[in-house]
Amino acid sequence: MPMLIVNNLRVERGGIPVLDIPHFDLEEGENLAILGPNGAGKTTFLLTLARLLKYAQGELLFKQQDISLPETAVSYRRRLAVVFQEPLLLNKTVFNNVAAGLKIRGVGRAEIENRVSRYAELVKITHLLNRDACKLSGGEAQRTNLARAFATEPELILLDEPFANLDAPSRDSLIDDLHNILRQTDTTAILATHDRLEALRLADRLAVMDGGKIVQIGDCHEVMNHPVNEVVATFVGMEAVFSGCVQAITDGSFSMSVAGHIIEALGKVCVGEQVICCIRPEHIIISYDHSMADTSVRNNLPSKIVKITPQGPFFKLHLDCGFFLASYVTQQSLENLALREGKDVTVSFKATAVHVIRRGK
Amino acid sequence: MDLLVDGFLKAARLLFSLDREVLGITLLSLQVSGTATLISLFLGISCGTAVALTAFPGRNLVVSIINAGMALPPVVVGLFVTVFLWRNGPFGFMELLYTPAAMIIAQAIIATPIVMGITLAAMQSLPSKLRLQIMALGATRMQMLWILMQEARLPLLAAVMAGFGGVISEVGASIMVGGNIKGYSRVLTTATVMETGRGNFDVAIALSIILLFFVFLINLVLTLIQQRERPR
Repeated sequence: MPMLIVNNLRVERGGIPVLDIPHFDLEEGENLAILGPNGAGKTTFLLTLARLLKYAQGELLFKQQDISLPETAVSYRRRLAVVFQEPLLLNKTVFNNVAAGLKIRGVGRAEIENRVSRYAELVKITHLLNRDACKLSGGEAQRTNLARAFATEPELILLDEPFANLDAPSRDSLIDDLHNILRQTDTTAILATHDRLEALRLADRLAVMDGGKIVQIGDCHEVMNHPVNEVVATFVGMEAVFSGCVQAITDGSFSMSVAGHIIEALGKVCVGEQVICCIRPEHIIISYDHSMADTSVRNNLPSKIVKITPQGPFFKLHLDCGFFLASYVTQQSLENLALREGKDVTVSFKATAVHVIRRGK
Repeated sequence: MDLLVDGFLKAARLLFSLDREVLGITLLSLQVSGTATLISLFLGISCGTAVALTAFPGRNLVVSIINAGMALPPVVVGLFVTVFLWRNGPFGFMELLYTPAAMIIAQAIIATPIVMGITLAAMQSLPSKLRLQIMALGATRMQMLWILMQEARLPLLAAVMAGFGGVISEVGASIMVGGNIKGYSRVLTTATVMETGRGNFDVAIALSIILLFFVFLINLVLTLIQQRERPR
């Protein structure tokens, strides 16, 4: 039985529908990412799920309990947490901010101190607890915001583009920490974002929203490789994404099996681990030579050209080697190699071109 | 020049000898204006918050009325309170005219829009998503309002200062509805007007110094709280 079920949800603004979700469900322990451009309805959807926005019609069931009644709103909201893009901290110390949700729930003093210190440590802000929240940097403030959300030990956490305002280094380390916390606490989460790498790093399942609707939902591999329409494709299809199982590790590099092929890549992984890999189309070399033995290229796979689409100054080749790959070639290469749809070629890429995403166990 | 020096010397004597009459006038001033400020805080903060946080048709008109009310002329308030409390007036049966209670009513009417206007501005200056965040933390409506007021505490202190400052130094309404009756409804401002009119500049100066001292003292205390809390 899914933890959260949504049926026939409609949200209107001034009589115009801004959200239309015929059905949506979320399993307990699952981490779902909602991808979509600005204005796709991601925030509206999350606010509605948190019962912070009025909706025109719909059925919301949380653990088989109807939460659409107004009198259940507060008690329902106390079972979840929402993290917004802006940290929205109170003008108090970091400690009191992390404790805010607990104080609202009337949790006792000893328990508050216990929880605050536990979650401050998880998001690495223990040294900031006595500081005024208004003196924090953007990254520190968002960490405080996360600690405040997790301190209430929510059954469900809704994250609305929590990293969008951060610089790249703070964002990277925060995503890693969030990933760890989600795994450690086994919290069910929905993350709205417009960054697909962020989504891939954190989510088990992917939903793509556009124009107030969920246009595609499924596991990451499925959505990444089989986008149902152009909007989804522009959002996720730029890169080849596939998952593989680590077979062996040798000095920093490792080999994994992907759809019957062995692929070499770099990264710290464990044998038997499932990893997700991305390769950018510009890193893929097309040839007719099956070996490329005298080069530094580690991966050579037989493949078939499925489709060729012009992309302005170059062409995009859609390749099938048991999984989906894409490559860019110039007009000249296309003519010199006489590349055509249906032709068998060899695709080559260096082990360093493979972007590996670890998925936790 | 002699007039001024004499005035200050007499004033100092009156202050340090703790003149009974001056003491009574001072206490009544603080009592009337303090009570009026408390009433205005209660009404002003609650209504100001309500208007700031809700959307309803004609809201802009209401906000304009509140803002205009911040500049309500005390004599106009005095006039209408007098009319309402007049023996044949709608509330004449309560026999409140020319009592300290009537002064409290008039001063509360003057201070309420000031407090309301500043509260309104303070609440509107908070980030609009903050309300959602506080509700998302599981707050009930009352808890949310309490947290929002805490967040707006610095401008709310300014509202207290402005409200109290407005009424303690107000004279028109107090003289009209209080009547400046010796030992009963005479406050610092009405007494200053009367003594000046009589040519008793020394007493008038003494009363003015006391008035200035209290205005300064109360604002000093509130300012210290405000500046200690100021985000750096």
